[in-house]
Amino acid sequence: MIRFMVFLAMAIVLSRFKERFWKTIAFPVYTVVVIMLLGVELIGAVGGGSQRWLNLGFIRIQPSELMKPAIILAVARFYDLLPPGQIRTWGAVWPLLLLLAFPCALILLQPDLGTTITVVSGAMTVAFLAGLPMRLFVGGAALLAVLAPLAFFFGLEDYQQRRVTTFLNPENDPLGAGYHISQSKIAIGSGGIFGKGFLNGTQSHLDYLPEGHTDFVFATMAEEWGLMGGVVVLFCFFLLFRWGLGVAMKARTRFSQLAAAGLTTTIFFYVAINLMMVMGLAPVVGIPLPFLSHGGSSMMTIMICVGILMSIDRHPGRRGGAFA
Amino acid sequence: MSSLGGGKTISSAVQALTFSRRATIIGGLQAGIGILLAGRMAYISVAENERYQLLSESNRVNLTLVPPRRGWLIDRNGKPVANNKTDFRVDIIPDRMRDKEKTIATLAELLALDQETIERINKELEQATSFQPVQVATGLDWENFAAVSVRLPDLPGVSPRQGFSRFYPTGAAVGHLAGYVGIASAEDYEKNPDPILVTPGYKIGKDGLEKTFEDRLQGKPGAKRVEVTARGKIVRELDSRPDTPGKALQLTLDIDLQEYAARRLGPESGAVVVMDCRSGDILTMTSMPSFDPNSFSDGIGQTEYGMLRDDDHVPLRDKALKGLFPPGSTIKPMVSLALLRGGIDPEETVRCGGGMRVGNRFFNCHSNHGTVDMMKANAQSCDTYFYRMALRVGYDTIALMARELGLGAKYDLPVASQSYGTVPDTQWIKKRHDREWADFDTVNSAIGQGFFLSNPLQLCVMAARMASGRKLEPHLLYDKDRRAAPPLDISPEHLSYVRTAMSEVVNGAGTARRARLPLENIELGGKTGTAQVVSLKYGRGGRDVPWKFRDHGLFVCFAPVDNPRYAAAVVIQHGGGSGAAYPVARDVMTFLYDRDKAMERLAPLEEAWGGTIKTRMDRQLAEYRANLELEKAIAEGRQPPPAAEDANAATDGAELGQ
Repeated sequence: MIRFMVFLAMAIVLSRFKERFWKTIAFPVYTVVVIMLLGVELIGAVGGGSQRWLNLGFIRIQPSELMKPAIILAVARFYDLLPPGQIRTWGAVWPLLLLLAFPCALILLQPDLGTTITVVSGAMTVAFLAGLPMRLFVGGAALLAVLAPLAFFFGLEDYQQRRVTTFLNPENDPLGAGYHISQSKIAIGSGGIFGKGFLNGTQSHLDYLPEGHTDFVFATMAEEWGLMGGVVVLFCFFLLFRWGLGVAMKARTRFSQLAAAGLTTTIFFYVAINLMMVMGLAPVVGIPLPFLSHGGSSMMTIMICVGILMSIDRHPGRRGGAFA
Repeated sequence: MSSLGGGKTISSAVQALTFSRRATIIGGLQAGIGILLAGRMAYISVAENERYQLLSESNRVNLTLVPPRRGWLIDRNGKPVANNKTDFRVDIIPDRMRDKEKTIATLAELLALDQETIERINKELEQATSFQPVQVATGLDWENFAAVSVRLPDLPGVSPRQGFSRFYPTGAAVGHLAGYVGIASAEDYEKNPDPILVTPGYKIGKDGLEKTFEDRLQGKPGAKRVEVTARGKIVRELDSRPDTPGKALQLTLDIDLQEYAARRLGPESGAVVVMDCRSGDILTMTSMPSFDPNSFSDGIGQTEYGMLRDDDHVPLRDKALKGLFPPGSTIKPMVSLALLRGGIDPEETVRCGGGMRVGNRFFNCHSNHGTVDMMKANAQSCDTYFYRMALRVGYDTIALMARELGLGAKYDLPVASQSYGTVPDTQWIKKRHDREWADFDTVNSAIGQGFFLSNPLQLCVMAARMASGRKLEPHLLYDKDRRAAPPLDISPEHLSYVRTAMSEVVNGAGTARRARLPLENIELGGKTGTAQVVSLKYGRGGRDVPWKFRDHGLFVCFAPVDNPRYAAAVVIQHGGGSGAAYPVARDVMTFLYDRDKAMERLAPLEEAWGGTIKTRMDRQLAEYRANLELEKAIAEGRQPPPAAEDANAATDGAELGQ
C-alpha cells in the first residue's frame, strides 16, 4: 500500500511535466535503460547466475520493466521525427527494428519471453498507429504464424515449452505445471455469479490457489465476489482504456497521440495477458494484474504509464507544435 | 516553404486520419478481447459452475477413514484379554513426502527416535509401496504428538493421528493364544483393495485368535470429513460418522489364572494347560517364554525380534499346542485303564528288580520297587510293572485307550495349527519305519517313551477325561449353554481306581508328595513323568547336565480327587525331571481355589528370578542389545575380543525320545 502511494505520488509528479520534456528525454531514457539491461547481463555474467534486477542501493529495479514505457516513448518520438512522406518507405522500418533489437536481445538473454513479447507488441502498436503500410502487419502476422512453431521447438527454454504445452492441456498434469491454471479455473468457476463472499474463498485461503495475491489475484477476487465482481473489475479496466485512448485521440501532437495510445496498449497487454492466463486462455507467464496484484516493478511501470498519460491529458499540446 | 508546408499539412492530415482510424481498430480489438474475457469468465463461473464447485469442494474437503476399534477379547469372567487403548501415533505416507531425509531427521529430533527405529523406518520406506503408511511411532504422549502436529506444514506426508491401538493387559502371558495385530501387507491389499487397509493405524489380526476371528473382531470403519489446506493441514472438522467397533469375543480362559501360570513358569521353558472338567473349557493355555504381543502389534524392533528368534527356549513357538514331548510316565494311569480293561487284576503283583529283560535288551526301571501292584506301580511310577503287564495284554489295547483319552488327536480349536504327535501302533510303525511291531516297542510305549509324542494340551485332555469320565473336547470359545460331553466307554470302577491311584501319587506314598495342595478338604490327584531326552549314557539327565540334555519334566493332575472339577497338565522342557513340573501344577491348582495363598508362594520365587515377566524380558532385551553392540564393536576392531569361552562340552546327542 505504501508502495502504491509512493508510485501514485510519482505518477502525479510525472503528470506535471509537459510534452516537450517527454520528447526530450525519450531517446536518452531509452539509451539509459538499454545500458541498464546490459548492466544486468554483465553483473549476471560476473556474479554467476542470471538475474533480472539491478540493485541501486535504495531500490531494486527491473530494467526490462522500465523498457516497456521507454520503448513506447522512443518509437513514438522516432515516428514523430520521421517526415510524413517517408512513412511508407523502408526508412520508416529499419530504425524501428534497430530500436527493438537491442532491448529484445538483452531481455531474451535473461531469459524473459513474456516481457519481450510485451515490448515488441507495444512498439508494433505504435508503429501500426503511426501509419506503416498495413501489408507489413498482415505479412508479419503470416510470417509469425509460420515461425511460431519453429520458435516453440527451437527457441524456447524447456520450462517455457512446458508452460505452453500445459496451457494447452492443463488437466494432463494437474499437480505439476498445470496446477496453477487448474486451480485458478476452479477458483473462478466455483465462485459462480455472486461469489462465496469476502474472505470465504476456500481456494485462496486454504492455499490451493498459488500466488493468490500476486499474479492470480483476479481468481481470488472472482472466487469471493463471483462473476459480478469480475465484471466490475473488467468494466473499470474498460474505463481506464477508454480514457487512455481518449487521451490519445484528443492529443494534438503526433508524439502525444502515439505515446498515449502506445502506453494505454502497454497497460492493456498486462491486463489482457494476465486475465487470459488466469482464465486458462494463455500460458502462465508471470504477468501481474495492474493495480490489483501485489508486486513492485510492474506497479512502477504501470504508474509511469499512467503518469505520462495524465501529463499528456493535461497538456494536449498544439496541433503542429512548431507554431507554438 | 508554403508548398512544403502545404504538402506537410496534407500529409499530416492523412496521418492524423490514419491514426484515428487505426486507433479505433486498436480500441475495437481491445474491446473485443474484453468481451471475450467477460464471456470466458461467465462461461466458467456460470455454465461450468457446478463442476468447478465440485472440484473446489474435493480440494477443500478431505474424507478420511477412521479405523474401527477392534472387538475385545474377554475372558470367561468378562475381563479383557485384549482391548484398545487411546493412542497418539505418527505415520508417514511415502508418496506425499517430499524431502525424505529432512523429514525423518526432523521427526527423529522431535520424537527422540533411537537409531534402530530410524533404520526400521528407512527400511520400510524403501519397501513400502507408495500408498502404504509407514509407522514412525505409536504410544506418544501429548507433548510429542503436539510437537509434530504444529510442524505439519513443514512435514508433508507426515500424518499424526489420535486413534486406538491394541493392548494386551497381560502381555506375554497371552502372546501365543491371542496372537497379535499388524499393518496389512501389500499382498493383503492386493487381495482386498479396501482403502481402510492402508489407513494409518488400521491393523489386522496376524496370528492366533486375532487372525482366526479377524472378521468378527474387525468392525466397520468410521469416516471423517475435514477441511484441509493445500499442504494437508487440517483446518476444521466438518462432520463425521462414528466407527462401528468389532464384536467382542468371549474366551473360556480365566485370564488371571493364565497370567498366574505364565508367571509361575518363571524362567523355565514350558507350558501349562488347565481345563474345566465339566465343560472342557480351557481355562489356561500358557506357553513360556513367550513374546509380548504388544511389541508385535506396535511393529516389533529388529533387535527384539532377533532376541526372540535366537533364544534357545523358542519363545516364538506355542509349546502348549506345538511342543511335542514324550509323555513319559504321565500316561501310566491311562495304561492302567487299558490293563484293567484287558483283564488285569489290580491286586496282582509284579516283582521289580530294577528292570526287565526283553529279548536281548535290558530295560531299566529307575529304582528297585520290590513287590508292586497296580496302585504302587502308579504311585511310585514303577516301569517294570508296566513293561510286564503291557506285554501281557498286548499293545493294541493301550493304543486304543490312548486315542480314547484324546492322545494323538487334533482338536477342533480356532487356532492356526496344532502338532498332534504320535500314538505309535503296528500300522504306524509299518508305514513310518517299514518294520513289524516288536515287544521292545510295546515296552517303550507303555511308559510313554519311544515313538510316543504328545503336546501339553493332549495330556491335559487325557487327565480331564480320566477325571470326569466324559469324552471332553477342549474349547476356547465361551458358551455357557454347552451340552455335557457323552460319557466315556470305560467302566466307572476302573476310572475310580485310577483316580485313587493318582491321588496316591500325591497324597500317599507317591512320587509327588510335595504336590499336595496347601488347602484343607481339597486333594490333588496326579501323575509325574520324566521324559528322557538323551540316552542314559549321558547320565540321568538331571540338573547337572547342560540344559538341552536335561530330561523333560511332566505332570498331569486333577482336583478335587473326590469330585473332579479341574484338570491340568504341566510340561517343563528340559526341566530335569518331574520335580520341575509338579510344583508349578500345585501352585496353579491352588490359585483356582485360593488366589492369595498362590500369590504368596509366587512372590519369593519371582524375586529370586529377578522380577516379573516384563522386567525380565526388558532386561534380557537390554543384555541382548548390549551383546550385539559388543559384537559389532569387536567386529569393527573397536574392542578387543574377550578370552575364548569354554565351548559347550557335549556336541552330539540330538534330541532323542529314548
